[in-house]
Amino acid sequence: MKLEIKDAPGQLVAALKPISEVGGNIIAVIHQRDDKQRGKMLSVQIVLELPDHRLKDLTRLLREQGVNIQRIGHERLLYEKAVMMIGHLIHTDLGDTVDRIDRTGFAEVTELNISMPAITEVSSARLLIKSVNREDMEQAMDILRRVAKEKDFLLVEPLEEIE
Amino acid sequence: MKVAILGMGSVGRGVLRMLGEKDLGIEVTAVADSGSALIDKKGISIPEILKAKEMKGSCGDRSLGAIDVVSAADYDVLVEVTPTNAITGEPALTHMLAAIDRGHHVVTSNKGPISREFSLLMSRASEKGVCVRYEATVGGAIPIMHTLDQGLAGNRILAIFGVLNGTCNFILTRMADEGLTYEQALLEAREMGYAEADPTYDVKGIDPAIKLVILANKFWKETVRLEDVDITGIDKLTNNALRLAEEQHCTIRLIAEAIPDRGILRVAPRLLPLSHPLVVEGTLNAITIETDMAGEITLIGKGAGSVETASAILGDLLYIRDIHEGSHPETA
Repeated sequence: MKLEIKDAPGQLVAALKPISEVGGNIIAVIHQRDDKQRGKMLSVQIVLELPDHRLKDLTRLLREQGVNIQRIGHERLLYEKAVMMIGHLIHTDLGDTVDRIDRTGFAEVTELNISMPAITEVSSARLLIKSVNREDMEQAMDILRRVAKEKDFLLVEPLEEIE
Repeated sequence: MKVAILGMGSVGRGVLRMLGEKDLGIEVTAVADSGSALIDKKGISIPEILKAKEMKGSCGDRSLGAIDVVSAADYDVLVEVTPTNAITGEPALTHMLAAIDRGHHVVTSNKGPISREFSLLMSRASEKGVCVRYEATVGGAIPIMHTLDQGLAGNRILAIFGVLNGTCNFILTRMADEGLTYEQALLEAREMGYAEADPTYDVKGIDPAIKLVILANKFWKETVRLEDVDITGIDKLTNNALRLAEEQHCTIRLIAEAIPDRGILRVAPRLLPLSHPLVVEGTLNAITIETDMAGEITLIGKGAGSVETASAILGDLLYIRDIHEGSHPETA
């Protein structure tokens, strides 16, 4: 979100405090001084993670602090992973496979590329899955692994080195 | 130093040839193949035995066998380079244990006994004060065991990722580069002599899983067995899947993975960016080690071949000689 705060000592802290109060996680704070445009106000961009239902509380608390919210951008799913599936994907109800991820609420299939050479042959597909965070992605992968076993298709996961 | 060699296949002949060409002060006092053996404590002529094997198909006396070499020959190190039996590890396991019990060192390329009975072999060797070295079991010419044991001594191993099967890597490379189907690429691998008549062990991921077990036993808390590895082969992959991966600047490789903190022991086809160090071409092998001090180290090299495997065997032999014969400059 992009905020406008008074250019005075203690104001940035006052603007950040409500975020932790509503259980938000600050990822980045970028502040730019633009003297020409607004004499006594400062523009601050904050990137943060926040449970959806707490957004209203946050905007209320910020307004109470005298902070003007210029803009709220919304990117719900920040984490993504590409996987491949190989097998009888259509005959085993591809719609249902995608739906098992989508209906979790915390992860979605946002892209699907499929190659179907012939009716009797196996199909190959590349899926892009997005999730809110890493833990949700791991849960979504667990679901996909179970579905792959159940429907007897091969799931190829990306190699991610440990951090 | 005197050595007795069991096995005169591609690896055994490579070891003999290199010992004959290089003046390393290593003498061969006994050799056995599947049907015969030759024992001479004064030393065997390497050119003669290679010629006999080529002409007659056997190396020596048909009334003698491997067990006679192990129990009666005069040697310091047993070089065990017979084919792998992944299920029982026999008869190589019996031969190795007999040599250890007689107080001899063992150097091997045989994955069976090392993956099946690692703790038994190591505890017996330490009781007798001898070495069991097995550099040639994993990654062919790549000095992975020396790297883990000596080069990275003191490091904690956080993870190992590897391309440990040249046959699978060749098939995947050909499928990606030429758009061949899995069946076409397998046929080509057979024609080139990279794949066995029965390719099951390679393409189902069992061979790289056995190698993963051998690697993991170097740094895993409990003894790891083949049954502990989650294995998926490459036989269900399609060239379309590789093409879809390529559209995203990725490819698919069969990766063996061991992460002790997460209890992961897995062999499976994985998506990797084309720029990833483990994306190697053809029959090459590659191993990435992640450690606490040294960070990440990747070794790439030839995973098979007669002389390449001989390089790993000779490395082990010279290590043993340096440690135990005081020929190292510092200990001389």
